[in-house]
Amino acid sequence: MADLKVTFAGVEFKNPVIPASGTYGYGREYEALYPLSKLGGISVKGTTLRERNGNLPPRIAETPMGMLNSVGLQNGGVDKFLAKELPNLVTKDTRIIANIAGSTVEECAELAAKLNGTAVDMIELNISCPNVKQGGAAFGTDCTVAGAVTKAVREASDKPLMVKLSPNVTSIADIARSVEANGADAVSLINTLLGMRIDIKTRRPVLHNNVGGLSGPAVFPVAVRMVWQVANAVKIPVCGMGGVSTAEDAIEIMMAGAQTVQVGAAIFRDPYAPVKIIDGMNEWCDKNGVKSISEIVGTVKPW
Amino acid sequence: MYKQGLYPIIKKSASAKGIFDITVLCPEVAELAQAGQFAQLLAPGFFLRRPISICQIDKSAGTIRMVFEVRGKGTDALAALNVGDNIDLIAPLGHGFTKREGRAVCVGGGIGTPPMLGIASLYGKDAAVITGFRSAAAVILDEDFKAAGCETILCTDDGSAGIHGFVTTALEQVLKSKKTDIIYACGPMPMLRAVAALAEKYSVPCEVSLEQRMACGVGACLGCACRTMQDGKEVYKHVCKDGPVFDSREVIFDG
Repeated sequence: MADLKVTFAGVEFKNPVIPASGTYGYGREYEALYPLSKLGGISVKGTTLRERNGNLPPRIAETPMGMLNSVGLQNGGVDKFLAKELPNLVTKDTRIIANIAGSTVEECAELAAKLNGTAVDMIELNISCPNVKQGGAAFGTDCTVAGAVTKAVREASDKPLMVKLSPNVTSIADIARSVEANGADAVSLINTLLGMRIDIKTRRPVLHNNVGGLSGPAVFPVAVRMVWQVANAVKIPVCGMGGVSTAEDAIEIMMAGAQTVQVGAAIFRDPYAPVKIIDGMNEWCDKNGVKSISEIVGTVKPW
Repeated sequence: MYKQGLYPIIKKSASAKGIFDITVLCPEVAELAQAGQFAQLLAPGFFLRRPISICQIDKSAGTIRMVFEVRGKGTDALAALNVGDNIDLIAPLGHGFTKREGRAVCVGGGIGTPPMLGIASLYGKDAAVITGFRSAAAVILDEDFKAAGCETILCTDDGSAGIHGFVTTALEQVLKSKKTDIIYACGPMPMLRAVAALAEKYSVPCEVSLEQRMACGVGACLGCACRTMQDGKEVYKHVCKDGPVFDSREVIFDG
């Protein structure tokens, strides 16, 4: 048995595998299959200041080895999260990452402040969700704005702060440098890539929102490339995600520079995916003489 | 409570053009399953699972039966699976129909018919089953409803089998002539809207089974939203977890 423990932005995780925000709710739906304590942590459903109803359906479209979604951050709001979900999650013996999204800098800071003094282990600030017309995209696609929102949340919060980056930019490394300079303790990437499908019979976009976020194995090579670029650009740790479906994928993205890994769309196909990835990682380490999973981080040997 | 696993297909047939009928041996799933619930099937070569309604549950044999239509490449890949092949499924999922006292009318439109068999069987002779299809060639499950002891009223759009006309015409006649305690319906949105309106008119409770493009199937991703009214406010519920069966009075029928 290899040592899968990782210390990430000052927080110890029993293993580096974390279900990604928006793909796992608050864990309740998967407890029927296995205890949540197997997981390194859970990045909970994106939480906003007030309740959100989300986008009109259809919200899902299948793509070759992937999917588009435009859920639109449907959630019960931060107060409901703190009252109804957090007390349950703290009993599960896994790290709790609160994923937050706001439509203004002030709202992001207010949200972060509400999590001070709670059992949340880390904040993941969503500056990249491309689904919500009023929010998200603007912060994550501009270095100055991304820096400003990071700074405001950093000042408002007493938690380790991870900023989740948008891949819908020309240079993700520049955005990463900006959030690092403004106090981020870690970055996670990639969020979904903006995409679109059209039903050629009706000539209507499949998604009611017309466009949505692409995820799944189709985006994995983009994720590996961006993790590699960001890990080389910043000193703060990187949480890698985007199409990770197997232990081999997780190891690959860690070799690109990720210290922890989030698993998202793969869970829809196989609800056991996070657990299989943890077990597979362990086996791979044993087979390859790796004593601690941290040893492999950033060990890619570029040509 | 649900299970995920690989289970063998023990019976397969084509029941009408493009409609496949499979029985899967999965005792742990059959044990938990209730009429109106569904399964998420993995189609070989495709990323997302396909939600398919459970048509019949045999707890003593440990099987569930699913009847589905080939609508695209994914369901085509499912239809290519044969007896002896394993199918990867997550089931049973969602909230099924609620069995009540008294007499039921079950209304199935086209491929909305399969989920009616489970609930109709629980009523037997106390259920009238109204099914509607494009033509005689598309008719499915008529013999199964008869075998369950139900009264059956078959309708076709072209009159090539049963009554020439819509299920809603037949439904109104039944509602006028017999005391009905509950209506169950599954089918295209316009049919469901019309059934819900008749239920309202005759003050009979009505449960409808809905479908939507789905990802996780268990209530985590919130992808399969459907529009409902809760205390005068529009709320998006989710077909996979809150449904697929809803009280018709809460659903906003669009399309």
